[in-house]
Amino acid sequence: MTDEPLLRVRSISKFYGNRIGCNDISFDLWPGEVLAVVGESGSGKTTLLNCLSTRLLPTSGTVSYRMRDGAFHDLYRMSEAERRFLMRTDWGFVHQNPSDGLRMTVSAGANVGERLMAVGQRHYGDIRATATDWLGRVEISSDRIDDQPRAFSGGMRQRLQIARNLVTGPRLVFMDEPTGGLDVSVQARLLDLLRGLVHELGLSAIVVTHDLAVARLLSHRMIVMKDGHVVESGLTDRVLDDPQAPYTQLLVSSILQV
Amino acid sequence: MNAHTDNIAQYNFAYLDEQTKRMIRRAILKAIAIPGYQVPFASREMPMPYGWGTGGVQVTASVIGTDDVLKVIDQGADDTTNAVSIRAFFQKVANVEVTTHTADATIIQTRHRIPEEPLNAGQVLVYQVPIPEPLRFLEPRETETRKMHALEEYGLMHVKLYEDIAQHGHIATTFAYPVKVEGRYVMDPSPTPKFDNPKMHMSKALQLFGAGREKRIYAVPPYTRVESLDFEDHPFEVQTFDEPCALCGGTDVYLDEVVLDDRGGRMFVCSDTDNCEARRAEGHRGHLSGEEAAT
Repeated sequence: MTDEPLLRVRSISKFYGNRIGCNDISFDLWPGEVLAVVGESGSGKTTLLNCLSTRLLPTSGTVSYRMRDGAFHDLYRMSEAERRFLMRTDWGFVHQNPSDGLRMTVSAGANVGERLMAVGQRHYGDIRATATDWLGRVEISSDRIDDQPRAFSGGMRQRLQIARNLVTGPRLVFMDEPTGGLDVSVQARLLDLLRGLVHELGLSAIVVTHDLAVARLLSHRMIVMKDGHVVESGLTDRVLDDPQAPYTQLLVSSILQV
Repeated sequence: MNAHTDNIAQYNFAYLDEQTKRMIRRAILKAIAIPGYQVPFASREMPMPYGWGTGGVQVTASVIGTDDVLKVIDQGADDTTNAVSIRAFFQKVANVEVTTHTADATIIQTRHRIPEEPLNAGQVLVYQVPIPEPLRFLEPRETETRKMHALEEYGLMHVKLYEDIAQHGHIATTFAYPVKVEGRYVMDPSPTPKFDNPKMHMSKALQLFGAGREKRIYAVPPYTRVESLDFEDHPFEVQTFDEPCALCGGTDVYLDEVVLDDRGGRMFVCSDTDNCEARRAEGHRGHLSGEEAAT
């Protein structure tokens, strides 16, 4: 571990006209750390995630990312070509709805291989071998490699999306409700898989979720948001076991028990 | 003719008015300056339906002069409806000389083939293009494909070729096979068979592409590199045919399959009719030509 953060976020704000998307948010993300952003819907979690991942231009504030050469670069001062290159090599983005992140009309193998081809791999055999390997790692059997994601179940699609993102060995992955829309047992399996991969690859990740259980399982640290503001942040176990802010207390106490 | 009609005839030479030709020529110049780049232009209504080659006709009308000799081919043939109609159109509106001989023509408008006979410096090949965007069926958003061209993000093109190999065991794309022009822009060579792709590479002739409905013009200047995309372990290769042309016995040419009866009878003949006739005039014979080979 180095003593410098991977992502440095300073006073990020996004306003939609007079409405607040998210306001004055600052934090550091360290290498190998998983940060959860939790809050109710409409609290600005996804706006924040999009601002960080260059999908949405923030109104003010800076996001700087430590490149592989160790130098920090302000994401919004890079050229669009550099940003897009970063997006498909050093970063991953896992959408809540897999059909947003996958190409539904090409096979699973091509979905995984797309990033490899985008960075210049031109050997079919190698691309296919890598794709097969990654499908195995996300527990999709290799005889489904030529099937289109349309023929996959929701859980398989989500795992395929994860494989597609991780194939270039990114250092930072953004996840927007990765388990949303999946049934409970599939969720558990996906979380287990994600936790394993994050640990094995030493990924940093920012996970947006409204599900505190997901945050508890995956993340080291968490940020609680309400109406575009951060109401509390800290180590996940601390925040969940000993919530300080009234809103966090409400949130934690409203988890259904079975 | 009196002076009055004479003026009108000059003003309307080659159907389009001079301002329109000027606009199209500017687009063509820009296209030549940036090989493979799709230049938008204000495509006009032409007196024929979209899909008949309105883009190619506008390009031809803009570059044709009184001393040009025009050849028009449709799938390699000079005598099909599309070719005959467009040739008649230019005879009428430009009163230019027309020919079916590739070597005699200065402008060749084509739909889907490049003549077998190598083109020479000074000749212009005008393609009729239905869909100029090679990434269209992979990425439907035009804003996104333009950005991908601008930033040279062409990984997606290989996704298509990957899919071909995954499904068919080889690159099964046989027409509109994507090419990279001068190491920069990926271009759709219009729906020509991939058999013709190698002829575009370092061609001595100027190649112009007009897409009327899509309002795009692009170009490959003479002596420009045109490389077909492929994989290292699945290199680009052209179609081969099992038998020679049934009429002229040609072997290294592109053949059309012609169904002869309803009992499975078929023959393979040259798609390039001019080339086939020239070969027969030289005495080459195929097995169905009905004549004895000249000795």
